[in-house]
Amino acid sequence: MGETLDGLLLGFSIALQPSILVYAFVGCILGTLVGMMPGLGPLAGISLLLPATFGLNPIIAMVVLGGVYYGAMYGGSTTSILMRIPGEAASVMTCIDGYAMTQNGRAGPALAIAAIGSFFAGTFGVLGLMLLAPTLAAWALAFGAPEFTALLMMGLFILAYMSGGSMLKTLSMAGLGLLLGMIGIDQMSGFTRFTYGLVELGDGISIVPVAVGLFGVSEILLTAGQEEPPKVQKPKLRELIPSREDFRLSVGPIGRGSLLGFLIGVIPGSAHIISSFVSYGLERRLSKHPERFGNGAIEGVAGPESANNAASSGAFVPMLALGIPTSPITAVMIAAIMVHGIEPGPLLIVDQPELFWGFVASMYVGNVVLLILNLPMVGLFVNLLRIPYAYLYPCILAFCIVGCFSVNNSMMDVWIMLIMGAVGYGLRKFDYDLAPVALGLVLSPMLEISLGQSLAMSAGDYTIFIERPIATTMFALGLVLFGFAIKPLIFKGKKDWRSKVGLEGE
Amino acid sequence: MLVAFALYVAWANRVYPVGTVHVPGPGFMPLALAIFLGTMGLLIAVGGARSRPLIEMRWTEAKRAVTILIAAVVCVSALEVVGYRLTMMVLLVFLMGVIERKPPLMVAVLSIGFPLLSYYVVADLLLVPLPRSPWGF
Repeated sequence: MGETLDGLLLGFSIALQPSILVYAFVGCILGTLVGMMPGLGPLAGISLLLPATFGLNPIIAMVVLGGVYYGAMYGGSTTSILMRIPGEAASVMTCIDGYAMTQNGRAGPALAIAAIGSFFAGTFGVLGLMLLAPTLAAWALAFGAPEFTALLMMGLFILAYMSGGSMLKTLSMAGLGLLLGMIGIDQMSGFTRFTYGLVELGDGISIVPVAVGLFGVSEILLTAGQEEPPKVQKPKLRELIPSREDFRLSVGPIGRGSLLGFLIGVIPGSAHIISSFVSYGLERRLSKHPERFGNGAIEGVAGPESANNAASSGAFVPMLALGIPTSPITAVMIAAIMVHGIEPGPLLIVDQPELFWGFVASMYVGNVVLLILNLPMVGLFVNLLRIPYAYLYPCILAFCIVGCFSVNNSMMDVWIMLIMGAVGYGLRKFDYDLAPVALGLVLSPMLEISLGQSLAMSAGDYTIFIERPIATTMFALGLVLFGFAIKPLIFKGKKDWRSKVGLEGE
Repeated sequence: MLVAFALYVAWANRVYPVGTVHVPGPGFMPLALAIFLGTMGLLIAVGGARSRPLIEMRWTEAKRAVTILIAAVVCVSALEVVGYRLTMMVLLVFLMGVIERKPPLMVAVLSIGFPLLSYYVVADLLLVPLPRSPWGF
């Protein structure tokens, strides 16, 4: 403990230097701006800025890139809340209740809680990183293909359990998303599936055009044609600040989201994406008024946003403790260190204490900087809503087109966005929940490859899933939750909370 | 619709080896998911008798939604031919000026300003190669 505190003091002595603070500010501002652009998420932001950091010293390079990362994660939630455009998979859940709050004239509290939740979750994540990194990194390494399969399956089971509306519709949308994820090259066999000769589909369908189409474009199609256009909002200053009740409702979701997000974020792979989905489902399940979810519940913003940001910190655990990149973003960050001739790995903390502790301390500083930057900017962002919708939606549509094009510089993504916009419009008219499509699309390729790897490991024997404690526990938990989920379908007489609140479709 | 889609996927999947439960081939997962989706679609259709009738649904916004969608499709088709800035200007003029009938001055300011500003940020600052017209614009 004493060594940790000494290290942290060393880190703060570096991170609080004025020049490094300036770089942290610059990184956060750039990240926020990049994150607001659909398609240009944290990975694109970091990749774009990576060459610019080659001339900087490694500590400053890490501080700038860390700032961009945090900023981009927060920037994505701004467009989700104000325009219903999720810039990336992690923001999908934020846009459901965040945008509903905007429609109810409560964009200010939604943005403020997102910023505050991000701050607490980020700080919690850094604390966890600092105190538990070696232990958690060892745990993360115990995650092989069977455990990963079990985790992903558990994510899908939880989706069924947490479903707010008709469970059949939720499951069918998850199935649709999983099927969309089958498009492209099968990584186990090398077969190209359902691409119809289109080379651009070889890598599969990216989540950004699907999410922007399903959520952003479908919203434009539904809203722009209304007989009465949406009212222009002119929020007053006091309406921008969350009330005491908002804070009371958000404390629990922020705490639970932070813990959940951090633990999921540590796991190698892109599992962090499910943290916001699981957090949203958990909050809806725990709420005394689940009917508020989807209609502007602040818990639906606080939980997923916190989970999302804590998962970002969690992803740094294997990177800093073991030198193993567990996601594309951490791989780029490792590249940034290696360019300077520093070898990441377990000895980083011994060989380069200034870099390790400077980076950890700069993560604290980055979170504070982000909060200081973004809370005053809430008022600025909310001013967008003063623009009449007739002017706003054409610009949002143009913004969606340019954002989706930016993902891979490909027109195919723009076409996918438009098709998904039309599909999303139709599905929303029939009361289908669209979030499971996004979750299914993200999980599908990961699930298929981890299942294939597990079976290859066991020579086709499925008992591998019950021979490994972590996988068995997760499967069992998922099955129990799924059992609870389908109970009302089997025992019609015994209704669960969904029926009580009139959300059960079947 | 879901059942039809599931049937189509199952049919299109016939060209990929399905393999076995123990050694799944590239066609295994799509087939399993198509069966799952088809089953869900059937269950929804069976339970549909208790849902609200289709005829009661209001489609008042559909005409404008289709118009916006067609405008976007035309715009995206032209994007690589005419270039980003020009295409977006035409799209914004059509949506704001023709569909929404907004004052010409505001339409002109926004439909010229937005494409130029967004091009500057995305293409010049963020170095995304947005499509340009053959005339370099």
